[in-house]
Order: sequence, then structure tokens, then C-alpha cells
Amino acid sequence: APQGRQAPASQQPAPAQPPTTPPPGQPPPQQPDQIGVSITLSGGAAPRVAVPNFIAASPDLKAAADTIGEVLWDDLRFEREYDLIPRASYAPITPATSMETVPFDQWKELGANAVLIGTVRQNASSLTVQARLFDVATQRSVWAKEYTASANNPRGFAHTISDELHKEQRSLVGVARTKLAFASDRDGEQARGTVEQRSIKEIYIADYDGDAQRRVTVNRSLAINPSWSSDGRAIAYTSYRRGYPDIYVSYIYQGKMDQPAGGTETIHNFLPAFSPDGSRIAFMTNRDGNMEIYSVSRDGSNLRRVTSHPGNDSTPTWSPAGNQIAFTSDRSGSPQIYIADADGMGQPRRITNESWADRATWSPAPYNEIAYAGRNGPGFDIKIFSLEQGQIRTVTDSNGSNESPSWAPNGRHLAFASTRAGRTQIFTIARDGNDLHQVTKAGNNVQPSWSR
Amino acid sequence: CSRKKPPVARPTPPPPSATTNTGGAPPPPPAPLREPEPVSSVPAEPAISGTAVDYNARSLDELNRESPLQPVYYALDSADVAADMQGTLTKNSEVLRQYPSWVVTVEGHCDERGTAEYNLALGERRAQAARAYLISLGIPAERIKIVSYGKEFPFDPGTTEEAYAKNRRAHFVVTSK
Repeated sequence: APQGRQAPASQQPAPAQPPTTPPPGQPPPQQPDQIGVSITLSGGAAPRVAVPNFIAASPDLKAAADTIGEVLWDDLRFEREYDLIPRASYAPITPATSMETVPFDQWKELGANAVLIGTVRQNASSLTVQARLFDVATQRSVWAKEYTASANNPRGFAHTISDELHKEQRSLVGVARTKLAFASDRDGEQARGTVEQRSIKEIYIADYDGDAQRRVTVNRSLAINPSWSSDGRAIAYTSYRRGYPDIYVSYIYQGKMDQPAGGTETIHNFLPAFSPDGSRIAFMTNRDGNMEIYSVSRDGSNLRRVTSHPGNDSTPTWSPAGNQIAFTSDRSGSPQIYIADADGMGQPRRITNESWADRATWSPAPYNEIAYAGRNGPGFDIKIFSLEQGQIRTVTDSNGSNESPSWAPNGRHLAFASTRAGRTQIFTIARDGNDLHQVTKAGNNVQPSWSR
Repeated sequence: CSRKKPPVARPTPPPPSATTNTGGAPPPPPAPLREPEPVSSVPAEPAISGTAVDYNARSLDELNRESPLQPVYYALDSADVAADMQGTLTKNSEVLRQYPSWVVTVEGHCDERGTAEYNLALGERRAQAARAYLISLGIPAERIKIVSYGKEFPFDPGTTEEAYAKNRRAHFVVTSK
């Protein structure tokens, strides 16, 4: 098949401006010095933690200090590792003016085991934020970190503190710095060259909590099925920009773009999925007369066939270890989820028995679950197949049609698209079906992909 | 639309012929002269040539807006060309034979009730089914391209059975003539 090629410069999207906070997955530029020793709090039960606003070293930093406190509370609440005391009950507590004047007795009265608080001070054009987790009983700091980064994204400090606290205190990989990619028609752009009115979708990204939503592709034609690379610096997606569907990889912080699957006017490629190590992309293609799954390395070399069956094989996703691929096939007469070895050897194993199942997403240990969209009456619901027990449970409530699930990297939440709010919007939900949160509100938004 | 029958100017009736009388009886009085048909004041329409409209004279957009190529509709979750749809494809093949220079793209579309991802495969199958049928009727393969849009471009945004039926289709677009 023709080699993948770099799309000519003229067609590349305008480079998205580089991130203000350190790109996801990399530590903030200045390596914080370790202050104090981190001791996990006593007792097995989740500690009751209060997260008040941070302390601003000068009045002009109050907005940033308040934002850090609020966003940090939300980030911790999301992972449900700590039993968070609602912020509404903080009103009677006298605000601390420095780390030495934290009113531990008042927090104790409120039932807090720990208080997570910090200071915000100007540091040339940046901010320096010091965060400490105090054990209320001993009034000692059990965890402390200091960060310096640009001043225009206080939320980034909160997300970094939340992830590092979870990692060091609860040995959990938090998702506070992860992002969602999705396709949206919110710009109201119409397809060129067609007589019908066809509103097209472009690829967007947003922070996991819905903040900082922005467009990253300039296709002026249909762009769908985004899939994050594991380093969070590239997104693979299907685009019809050349008049036929092919896979493009946009390096969103560099404005570079590749076309690795070698599509032509007759060879069409859809539904890319990056492998966990980011080296390969699995995708659906029509090159053999019916839809099959292939995989290719991200530079377009060593193409490999994964499925070979006269039925349609579509919507691939990788196992966390990268040695297997779950996909949708209608070989049994209706679309079901199957698992195959990534090298195409052996017989695929069917794991669902729905009237229609599609878009598998595979969560890592300790959960090892495959979520998918299963038809429930007129619409779809998000269902979860546990690989260990082999049982299937439903996490959405048949409110609207719920499709295109994508696991958070730690397997604790799912992003999905739902029509429950009228137009299709992106939501996140916990794996036990609680904590439904609407992420998008503008236009129709579909096919979310959760970054690492 | 049914083509209006062009008005034809009606010839005025011939004047009654004078009867020669060979017998002695006086000739019967001549039949009363019939009043000529009043001529309508509507200007006569220009005569329309009898052949079909020349589609080649139209732009691609005009052609595709009122296309002589009819869409093929499909049952739910199916890509089979039903019997009545085979008639549509036969008519489409006749149009394609009549305009041998045309190249068309057959777009595969689905209704919204399937999942977006798998519908890309179902849309492709619908386009392929229509294309294969046209090829079996003798239309050269290179004149027919296909593309699947899954459920991304509904023709009717409604959520009724009638809207869904309109969206499950193989849609013909003339891309060059």
C-alpha cells in the first residue's frame, strides 16, 4: 500500500498556541524541592479533608488563590480518595493569613482530619505556590510541595497539586491534568461543494472538567473519531478533507500533521486508535472490499493486518498491555464486541450478546474492564464487561442515547456522548454510575477520547 | 412535473361548399355560416422541442440539486437492495448510459439510531451494494466512486420513522460530466 506521507504545509492547521501549564504527563518546569516528610494519615478510612482557598501573599493574587482552592477541591472530589468536607461549611472558619496561622481547632470542630492549604506569591512573571497537607490532630505538615509556573493558569497549579498528592499519598494516578478530545459542530461550518446543507464537525480538546475548550483542527470538512496519543501531544482522527476519509495525525502544539494510513480516492481509512505506547495506530479500512482492522506505525511504516473476515470489522481499541485489540464485528449477523491478538493470529473471541454493541474501551488494572455502547430499546446505554468475572453491568440510565465510551486513564471514570440534554453532549460518569457531569454545552459534541 | 400539452392553433372550419342543383327544385338555403372560433388572447407558448431536457447544459450544482439519479433507500440495519430499489437503480443506469461522460460518487448514509462508529461500515456497505448492482447492469466500475458518511449527514434532522427512512440511503452525486 502507498506509504504514509506528510500532508503539505499549506493544509496544516494553524499551530495551537503552546500550553501555558506544563504539557500533560511532564513535571512542571521547576523541580520542586521536597519539604517535610510525607506520612500517610493513620487509619484505613478515607481521611476527612478540608480544602479552603489558598493564602494570597498580596491582594492582587486573591483571585488566583481562591481559584486554586476551589479547583483543587473539585479535583480531589472527582477521584473520591478523600472524604471532602463541603466548602459551604467553611464560612465560620477564620481564614488563615499564613501557614503559621491555620486555625486547627476550628477545623477540628468541623470534623476535619486534615487540611490542604497553601500560599501564592509573585515570582517575577510567574507564581510560586506552596501547598501543604496538615494533620489536624498533630498540627504537623505531612506532605508539602512548591511549584513555580506561569501566572495565567491558576487551575494548572490545582491540577498538578491534586495529581501529585494522589500519587504520593494514595498511590493513585489522578486525572486532574488529563484532557478530552472530541468532535463538535459548534462552529456551524458547512461542508464545501455539496448542494445539501451539511454542518461539519472539527476536532476540539478540553480539560477533563470541561474548562479551556478549544478547536485544534482546521479541516473545513468533516473530522471525526479523535484518538489521543499516549504523550498527549498528538491526536489521530478521520478527516474527509481530501474528499475521501483518511486518518490524519495532528501534533497540536507544533502545527505539524501526518497521514500514516496511506488513504487514496478508493482506499478509505477510519476510526484510528493509538496504541498505549503511542507507537502504532489501529484503524478500520475498506482496502479488502469489506471493512477490516489494520495497524500501522505512526510514521506510516510496517502495515499489519489484524482481522480477515468477510463481515465488517470496525472500531478498534487496544488492551492496556498493547498485545490485544477489542473491536466491533457483525460476523455473527449483528455488531458485537470481539477480542483479537494484535498480531492478527488466532481466533477472535466474542464477549457481548446485545442487539447492537460498539466502541469498546479497555481499562487498565486493577479494574480490567471493557466498556461499550449496547443497544437498549431505541437508544444505547454504556455497559461494562468485567474480564475477570465475565459479568456485564449497565452504568447509564437509558436517559437519551448514550454512546462512544472512553475510559479515564485510571479506569475510575468514563467519558461518553449522550442525547439526554437535547443535542448530543459529552459527559463523564464514575464507573459505578455516580457523579454524572456534563462537560460540553455548545453545539453537538460526539466521540470523546480521554488522554493519559 | 407532468409536461403541459402545448396549445395547437386549430384550423378554421372550411366554408360550406356550394351545392350545385341539377333538379328543378330551388336550391335549399345555404347552411348558416358557423362563427369562427374566437382566438384566445394568450400568447402562444414557444414550441417545446420533443426531446428530453439536455442535462449536460446544466451546472454540476443544478444537476445535483434536481438530480435525474434517484437515491436508493434501505431497511433498518440492512444494506440489501430491495426489489423496488432495483427498479430505481435500473433507471439510474439508463441515465448513466445516456450521459456516458458522467462520473458519480455514491454516498452511503445511515439513520441516527445506530452507533456513529459502526455506521461508517454500514454506510460503506450500502454504497457498495448500489455500486455493485449498477456494475452488474453494465456500468463501468471506474465511473462509480463510493464514500461512507455513516450517520454524520442526515438528510432529515427529524426523529420520526419517516425521517429515519429518508436517511437510510445511497445518495448519488455527479462529480464530473
